[in-house]
Amino acid sequence: MRWTAVWRRNFLVWRKLFIASVLSNLADPLILLFGLGYGLGALLPSVQGMSYIAFFAAGTLCSATMFTASFEAMFSGFSRMHGQKTWDAILYAPLTIDDVVGGEIMWAASKAWLSGTTILAVAAAFGLAHSAIVVLVLPVAFLVGLAFAAVGLIMTVLAKNWDFFSFYMTLIMTPMTMISGVFFPAEQLPASVLAVARLLPLYHGVELVRPLVAGRLPGGIVLHVAVLLGYAAAGTALAIMFARRRFSA
Amino acid sequence: MSVLRARALHKRYGALDVVNGLDLEVAPGECFGLLGPNGAGKTTTLRLCLGLTHPDAGDIELLGEPVPQRAREARQRVGVVPQFDNLDPDFTVAENLLVYGRYFGLAPGLISERLPALLEFAGLAGRESARINTLSGGMKRRLTLARALINDPQLLFMDEPTTGLDPQARHLIWERLRRLTQEGKTLVLTTHFMEEAERLCHRLAIMDRGSLIATGSPRALIAEHIEPQVVEVHGNGFEAWMEEARRLAPRVERAGDTVFAYAADIAPVLADLRGRPELSFLHRPASLEDVFLKLTGRDLRD
Repeated sequence: MRWTAVWRRNFLVWRKLFIASVLSNLADPLILLFGLGYGLGALLPSVQGMSYIAFFAAGTLCSATMFTASFEAMFSGFSRMHGQKTWDAILYAPLTIDDVVGGEIMWAASKAWLSGTTILAVAAAFGLAHSAIVVLVLPVAFLVGLAFAAVGLIMTVLAKNWDFFSFYMTLIMTPMTMISGVFFPAEQLPASVLAVARLLPLYHGVELVRPLVAGRLPGGIVLHVAVLLGYAAAGTALAIMFARRRFSA
Repeated sequence: MSVLRARALHKRYGALDVVNGLDLEVAPGECFGLLGPNGAGKTTTLRLCLGLTHPDAGDIELLGEPVPQRAREARQRVGVVPQFDNLDPDFTVAENLLVYGRYFGLAPGLISERLPALLEFAGLAGRESARINTLSGGMKRRLTLARALINDPQLLFMDEPTTGLDPQARHLIWERLRRLTQEGKTLVLTTHFMEEAERLCHRLAIMDRGSLIATGSPRALIAEHIEPQVVEVHGNGFEAWMEEARRLAPRVERAGDTVFAYAADIAPVLADLRGRPELSFLHRPASLEDVFLKLTGRDLRD
């Protein structure tokens, strides 16, 4: 549990920069949600039996969680690791690189969870959630955050410079957002593209969150949870492996 | 009983033997200096001793713990002042100490108990709420030193503790380090400032190309490795005079447009120079720097 000291360090910084931090994580997804949700939603009768804005709220919740986890793990993480040398300072103490990586992943997942939870609260306040079952979104949001935090941290410990992240974002995250059912049902994609989406964590997050927002239990829960857990576990293991290599040199 | 012991240490990066058969022993309570030109392997040696890098061969024992196997346990009782400040820029002075104390698992009560004395030690009493970017270079260094003391370590590692500081700031750091040795703490520092090594260290090791080439107290190293008197000569015709000097002094060296003549009896050299107004000269006792240059050479290390 030594990673908690790393988590608490990041939490203290976040608390000091609370307003800017929350604003930057939530303004974009909320503007997108209401802008597209109501604007585009006015043109669409319903999607999968939901109003478009309710449909899109579930997607936004997942993509915002993904982006918060990824940004925190990559940009903020790289700044702490590379720019500020905060990790080096921590490693003189009785903590190891495994503790640091663990703390960073848990922190990025926590921050992502807060983004997802806030969007859920806003969606609920606007009457988009229909049943108490929606609280199950809370653990799912953490799991989505954990999966992307772990993958993001692999990028961080492999990165030589900031440019490295734009490859991951442009070539992986943006297309993933398009094919994972955030904006429209993934089922209308060509079968081959849908097959790719099913290999990616975001698709499974959306598949869990959307039915819960609509008030029903999702189908195939075990598979969706297993994929997200798999990304989190494998991502953490790989991030630790690459971090050990980077920091023992 | 030693605080730090390394035997036959090897570390290779690619084709380069960065640490090559190094033996090291540091006794409790001493200030031990590791001297060497850039690239001699000083920082790698420190990282090996802390368990941050694993050696390719050799044994390390730090405060009785085998490293790297039990490096975490050893680091619980060790403080580190790195070469480049890595204070947390998002935090105030006091928060830096508080957060760092948590990395050692110290109770919040114990950290706040230690805080006033550490701030006083760093000369930062009354500045606990200051942000890091408002501190001078000397203040940052002293805060880094205070941070390394948060766990009340037995042993302190310092990598070039005064590099980049002005003379005032440097003297203050030296005063603080002497205070620490008086309190019984063991200090291991790397430096390439001979003056720093001579003033602070009880014992020195000169390191070059990955291994130790001389060990001893500053005085013993000077006595053992160099003639006690030096004359530095420059001016028109110094090259011609160099030939003359070789007959008057046992060792003569040239660096750029300066000739160094080393001897136990320097009188013949001085007598000769008094008859040569075209040459300027400086007579001084030999110093650690002369030993260092003799042993590691005058070539530039970049």
